[in-house]
Amino acid sequence: MAAAAELTLLEKSLGLSKGNKYSAQGERQIPVLQTNNGPSLTGLTTIAAHLVKQANKEYLLGSTAEEKAIVQQWLEYRVTRVDGHSSKDDIRALLKDLNSYLEDKVYLTGYNFTLADILLYYGLHRFIVDLTVQEKEKYLNVSRWFCHIQHYPGIRQHLSSVVFIKNRLYTNSH
Amino acid sequence: MRLFVSEGAPGSLPVLAAARRAQGRAELLISTVGPEECVVPFLTQPKVPVLQLDNGNYLFSTSAICRYFFLLSGWEQDDLTNQWLEWEATELQPALSAALYYLVVQGKKGEDVLGPVRRALTHIDHSLSRRSCPFLAGETESLADIVLWGALYPLLQDPAYLPEELGALHSWFQTVSSQEPCQRAAETVLKQQGVLALRPYLQKQPQPSSLQGRAVSNEPEEEELATLSEEEIAMAVTAWEKGLGNLPPLRPPQNPVLPVAGERNVLITSALPYVNNVPHLGNIIGCVLSADVFARYSRLRQWNTLYLCGTDEYGTATETKAMEEGLTPQEICDKYHAIHADIYRWFNISFDIFGRTTTPQQTKITQDIFQRLFSRGFVLQDTVEQLRCEQCARFLADRFVEGVCPFCGYEEARGDQCDKCGKLINATELKKPQCKVCRSCPVVKSSQHLFLDLPKLEKRLEEWLENTLPGSDWTPNARFIIRSWLRDGLKPRCITRDLKWGTPVPLEGFEDKVFYVWFDATIGYLSITANYTDQWERWWKNPEQVSLYQFMAKDNVPFHGLVFPCSALGAEDNYTLVSHLIATEYLNYEDGKFSKSRGVGVFGDMAQDTGIPADIWRFYLLYIRPEGQDSAFSWTDMLLKNNSELLNNLGNFINRAGMFVSKFFGGYVPEMVLTSDDQRLLAHVTLELQHYHQLLEKVRIRDALRSILTISRHGNQYIQVNEPWKRIKGSEADRQRAGTVTGLAVNIAALLSVMLQPYMPTVSATIQAQLQLPPPACGILLTNFLCTLPAGHLIGTVSPLFQKLENDQIESLRQRFGGGQAKVSSKPAVGETVTATGPQQIQVLMDEVTKQGNIVRELKAQKADKNQVAAEVAKLLDLKKQLALAEGKPLETPKGLSSLGSPPCLPVCGTSLSSPVEPQFRGLQGQTGGWPDAMVTR
Repeated sequence: MAAAAELTLLEKSLGLSKGNKYSAQGERQIPVLQTNNGPSLTGLTTIAAHLVKQANKEYLLGSTAEEKAIVQQWLEYRVTRVDGHSSKDDIRALLKDLNSYLEDKVYLTGYNFTLADILLYYGLHRFIVDLTVQEKEKYLNVSRWFCHIQHYPGIRQHLSSVVFIKNRLYTNSH
Repeated sequence: MRLFVSEGAPGSLPVLAAARRAQGRAELLISTVGPEECVVPFLTQPKVPVLQLDNGNYLFSTSAICRYFFLLSGWEQDDLTNQWLEWEATELQPALSAALYYLVVQGKKGEDVLGPVRRALTHIDHSLSRRSCPFLAGETESLADIVLWGALYPLLQDPAYLPEELGALHSWFQTVSSQEPCQRAAETVLKQQGVLALRPYLQKQPQPSSLQGRAVSNEPEEEELATLSEEEIAMAVTAWEKGLGNLPPLRPPQNPVLPVAGERNVLITSALPYVNNVPHLGNIIGCVLSADVFARYSRLRQWNTLYLCGTDEYGTATETKAMEEGLTPQEICDKYHAIHADIYRWFNISFDIFGRTTTPQQTKITQDIFQRLFSRGFVLQDTVEQLRCEQCARFLADRFVEGVCPFCGYEEARGDQCDKCGKLINATELKKPQCKVCRSCPVVKSSQHLFLDLPKLEKRLEEWLENTLPGSDWTPNARFIIRSWLRDGLKPRCITRDLKWGTPVPLEGFEDKVFYVWFDATIGYLSITANYTDQWERWWKNPEQVSLYQFMAKDNVPFHGLVFPCSALGAEDNYTLVSHLIATEYLNYEDGKFSKSRGVGVFGDMAQDTGIPADIWRFYLLYIRPEGQDSAFSWTDMLLKNNSELLNNLGNFINRAGMFVSKFFGGYVPEMVLTSDDQRLLAHVTLELQHYHQLLEKVRIRDALRSILTISRHGNQYIQVNEPWKRIKGSEADRQRAGTVTGLAVNIAALLSVMLQPYMPTVSATIQAQLQLPPPACGILLTNFLCTLPAGHLIGTVSPLFQKLENDQIESLRQRFGGGQAKVSSKPAVGETVTATGPQQIQVLMDEVTKQGNIVRELKAQKADKNQVAAEVAKLLDLKKQLALAEGKPLETPKGLSSLGSPPCLPVCGTSLSSPVEPQFRGLQGQTGGWPDAMVTR
């Protein structure tokens, strides 16, 4: 999904009524936001964090120093790893790591829903829709987390809802 | 908390420097682990540095660790810092890891290392100087400074990789480096071994992915839209109103062109192409076309301009070629000189002189310079071991010997290089050497040769460079190359060869020898001028009055920036030396290189057979000019740029502006009553025009082309917003408004035609004929936007300027010229279908959207039936959706429609950078006949 469209989704999910206009820069189509009172902002996660503050929802950036650093780490992961390479192998490796990370976590920071969950959900959507039932089961923790986020109020919007089967079909595969 | 680091891991630098911030806030243990140790349980790949937090979670991102330390010290996050850190992760790191990999793991040097990061370094420099703050995010040092400093330190601590011209970056880097925490971190990590301390770690890392699918970017950086002050607007309006009265008289044409005291005298040369090769697109953009743009621009500025070039005709390669084709060297030169001249004529290169080096003037001037050097003691004599064929009774130049390669055993290795393993060879090292002519075995004999004593001239050269370089427009790569040669120290260079086809050496005992091309090729510029006018010395012995611009590819820099200046300084005859040395990087072909032997790439004589006009070639080559970094020619990109930038943007605007004058105002430019919006547009166009001038004065040819396209985009928007085709049918006030908009638009079109002249001379002339632009306005470009088509001016017949390039046409050209052939076969089928259909589909859809958009616009303009309009709008929206899908934009459609294949457009990366064994030449090699072996191997 183009970055500008993703930011528009984010605006809606944050409850920001007046939509911003975004331009795109360079061949990677990096989004640029022209702010009213100052220089423009460039970059998906930079603008996303700005929007969160605009919506007075700073808690989405984390509450403690630890949480804040973790949120930014996963935002960086999103733009470097998820957006960076998208060969099948890269995605498999990424899902494997994420799956083991989420083993003991509800959200990326642990127990609190943050911007990192939203942007990772948007970024992974195009890959998750393509997973087979068996793969979804293989990356069970990712599936649980993803399903959770897509049902979080106001996040999914027009994106297609990915179906996850509750009972396990391939119990032998583990 | 616990920090895991590893010996030589570059990420340790910023982390250790930032750790000082957290001192006293938390207890920090530091453990050193091996580079392949997996510290983070959930990550498959090893990663250091890593911070294990007290709650058990891990920070594995270097920036996140630094951020955490800063947060602990009470620092608050801000947008600007976030932006720098995101840029660091997405832009700087990929470039930097490539550069470090080249430098540390592959042992490369110079431009190979600096090339990948130059753009990022320039970005930092510009940001610092634009904000005029000492630090990245404000007045004090902060997180962004530490993270970027830590990333850059391993590279920039070597002054060779901190370009001098980036002054703001320079002082920022020095300031941050001198902070105590940074100094300590640097000592800990690099251990005073410099960048080599990173080797043990980097060697164990996989090759950076930025290197694998390295796509060379052709997109320049975006510029922010400027804000205008009231004064700027007022000045633009005043200049506009003066109109044609502002123009000075046209300079009358001169023949011959000679310098004039008190004027700006610009002497332009482009590297002399070696006569026996047909030039390819890389050669053309590298020298003759780039120089042509500047020459045309210089004339538009009314500077007194002489542009010269010619073929470089002496040397072994010509003799070899002559033997192959059964002709004499002179016949070969005559034949190929004509081929070159034809190609450049077709490309519309505006030489004042296109000469050649095989003339009596060349002999006279070369011998004179030699005699002066000889009598002043700058020439040495020495004995050289060489192969001699007793049968043919002559010493054999490198290319006249063949034999078995001493390295790989290949049987047909040449005397200078093996075609199989690519290694450079000394002819005397060949096993079983054979004379290429008679096939007998040559013997090693010693032969007397002359050497130019460069070490003796080095001091003079350095003094000259010190006076010339500061404030000049030498390109950064040229400065870099010269600096690295001087750093290594100059050595005496052999200037004679045992050949017949060359300038004879005027010295007793050397009657059988000629000057080697690298001594006399650059003297060719002088002799070519001497053949043009007997007053050539007014150009070439007149450094006070003449500015000399020399254009070339970067492999030619040492000849022009070092060897010729040394000869000229030693000759002590007040020669004009290069003031601005303009060197390009390499142009690649599709994802590979131009290769004559493999028939890959487009060569000058073939360009005309493609049916694509010369101006389109010029436009695209200049649009991708390898300025500051390598770039690549791509057929698909050429199609897209032609159809989007030329057809839809520039052509569309100029055509509409002219059509409105013809259709609505009977061909007469209407009265213009400027509103404040119009005045703002005037000022914006003026600003962009001034930007164009600033760029071209610095010979930034590619960037200046963007200004033209920006102005025409402004123009299109202006027409779109003001809708003159509607207002013309409205009230009196509406009609007047339509007149103003049309009048202003057609004047912008006139301005564009002049700005376009250096780039697309034929198109420029066509527009000027269509608009009947008065002659002085065609030949002069001022720094202000003038009203050159006043109310009442009658224009000519307007017709479309550009033709669409079709997919099948481009596809068949791609097949014909071998682009991407090898790549397709080695790639899995999936990737192929995506790349093959993607751009085509998009192009088809884009066209349909444009077409449908026009239908809707017309219906609306005609105030057609609402239902009919609604139906056409629905069609348009549907097409736009399909286009969005094909471009991989969000699927904002009902689910049923999203069956076009998902994921819609995976970026295809990882193209195979396989290395074929045969030698390959990159874009722009060897215009002056190649280096002597000893020079190449340095």
